[in-house]
Amino acid sequence: MYVAVKGGERAIENAHTWLAEERRGDPTVADLSIAQIREQLSLGVNRVMAEGSLYDPDLAALAIKQARGDMIEAIFLIRAYRTTLPRIGHAEPVDTGAMACDRRISATFKDVPGGQVLGPTFDYTHRLLDFALAAEGLPAEAEGAQPVEPEMPRVTDFLNRDGLIQTEAPGDETPPDMTRAPMEYPAGRPLRLQALTRGDEGFVLSMAYSTQRGYAKNHPFVGELRVGTVPVEMEIPELGFSVEIGEVTLTECETVNQFSGSKTEPAQFTRGYGLVFGHSERKAISMALVDRALRWEELGEDDVGAPAQDEEFVLSHADNIQATGFLEHIKLPHYVDFQSELELVRKIRAAAQETELKAAAE
Amino acid sequence: MNDYNFAYLDEQTKRMIRRAILKGVAIPGYQVPFASREMPMPYGWGTGGVQVSAACLTPEDTLKVIDQGADDTTNAVSIRKFFETTAGVATTEHTRGATVIQTRHRIPEEPLTEDQILVYQVPIPEPLRFLEPRETETRKMHALEDYGLMHVKLYEDIARHGAIATSYAYPVKVEDRYVMDPSPIPKFDNPKLESAAIQLFGAGREQRIYAIPPHTRVVSLDFEDHPFEPTKADAACDLCGAEHTYLDEVIIDDAGGRMFVCSDTDYCAQRQAAGHHGRLSPEDAA
Repeated sequence: MYVAVKGGERAIENAHTWLAEERRGDPTVADLSIAQIREQLSLGVNRVMAEGSLYDPDLAALAIKQARGDMIEAIFLIRAYRTTLPRIGHAEPVDTGAMACDRRISATFKDVPGGQVLGPTFDYTHRLLDFALAAEGLPAEAEGAQPVEPEMPRVTDFLNRDGLIQTEAPGDETPPDMTRAPMEYPAGRPLRLQALTRGDEGFVLSMAYSTQRGYAKNHPFVGELRVGTVPVEMEIPELGFSVEIGEVTLTECETVNQFSGSKTEPAQFTRGYGLVFGHSERKAISMALVDRALRWEELGEDDVGAPAQDEEFVLSHADNIQATGFLEHIKLPHYVDFQSELELVRKIRAAAQETELKAAAE
Repeated sequence: MNDYNFAYLDEQTKRMIRRAILKGVAIPGYQVPFASREMPMPYGWGTGGVQVSAACLTPEDTLKVIDQGADDTTNAVSIRKFFETTAGVATTEHTRGATVIQTRHRIPEEPLTEDQILVYQVPIPEPLRFLEPRETETRKMHALEDYGLMHVKLYEDIARHGAIATSYAYPVKVEDRYVMDPSPIPKFDNPKLESAAIQLFGAGREQRIYAIPPHTRVVSLDFEDHPFEPTKADAACDLCGAEHTYLDEVIIDDAGGRMFVCSDTDYCAQRQAAGHHGRLSPEDAA
């Protein structure tokens, strides 16, 4: 006998209670504090801020805690919160040239003014599990753990001085904002960069990797990678001038790519650009490679049909909140549609059977 | 939850959505781009419908939410609860008592009236999407009213299967102009798209809103020699005996036994209350 599937509401409530219990885990183990997550899982916090498009380490840490460490779920929490925030105004563009760098490297020159500063990097660590970390204790204090130089010149500017690299024209126009206007294609570079910096790290990484493996190869060198803090300034209309309202940590990557030349332009290097909230090197470099691949038309290159050259493809699939929502929605009931498919398949099969029987009889 | 504005979205966002809705009503079947917001439920779970409902709701409204025709499916419960908390509006399970109905995958069996708004949740608003994945191309095709590709697809279905192999999200032409995806409703529901109610379609992830104003001509695509045919399971509801409603097939035992019940749970309950019964109605209910 059919029992109507009632009680969805109670089931949902119970599921939520169970989820909260699972999130907490064994109650005899100490509860994680937001400060612990912010301080000790800071790269995770950075990723949530970058893809959540909201710079707030405490909220990002809270989101990670609430999401049980599921990064995409944490990013989703931040995005949903972000929507509810009113827009008070716009900051002035940040000057990454004036960044107080913790880390700054160039792969194109052995040494550069300002020096190569490794900073806190995993790069040359041996990936051996450090069992000492399982015990408690404070690490040794790092030497020179302060920004080295107040200001470091940009590596690409040295190339630019000799006209060896394509110049980026400065612009005063307000860039479009994909969170306030519907996406339209072709999107143009400012929107592309916004979509990439918010895009899923894994997706952008894989797209970048595909260019390195030959799908629209563009021979990138890391011209410069810098990580550090920049002040954020905002013009207050009542004051008539800009005041500093805070500072953010950013990772910026400029790649120097394969030169190109045309009838009118002599051969020169080209650029790709990546800028991401927090210390997020993998993402910034990936972004720069994909940005460069998407510039094929502007730089007069051929469309070789590679996925990373396809703006609509890259931009419409880079957002993990959109992707995961749509992917996971197939968990929702679809029995009405499935029923209509069942009927159609039965009908087509019945028709085919009839034809077969008729053929056999003849 | 008084920390949020009425129906969650701020007034500016609602105004932006209302403008898109008005444009959609003015150009029936045309997909209006809108700056869809991130909602506190996932994309693909009704964010478009929720935004459209939020923009339509007033404090005096009575809201009904259905998924697969039923008020008690989990996501319908979740969305109804969202508006109960953020808008404080009255809710109902009765089609007749609702002023705004948000739906996923069904149109209620009971004919709607001029006083009602039906809001659809739409996953992929573009009827041509699976024929041409590029938005830049499909927008051009709509602009030029170039629907040859769709007719070829339907023709190839007939050539291959002897019938048009689309059973839900069956494409329609609205007011002789735009080919439109009616969202994944079974094609059984297509005739109900010509309605007295305003029908609004919201696709959050794809950032599109479109509409069918009341009493608009909506024609399901077909060929003269293969006319459109709304189909349902060849059975009657085992609870209310209805032969004219869309039915869910429910497996009831390990031996492949099954029963059919109305997918529209409110409609079925009303019929049972009025004394109708089906093959498996409990004796005491008769």
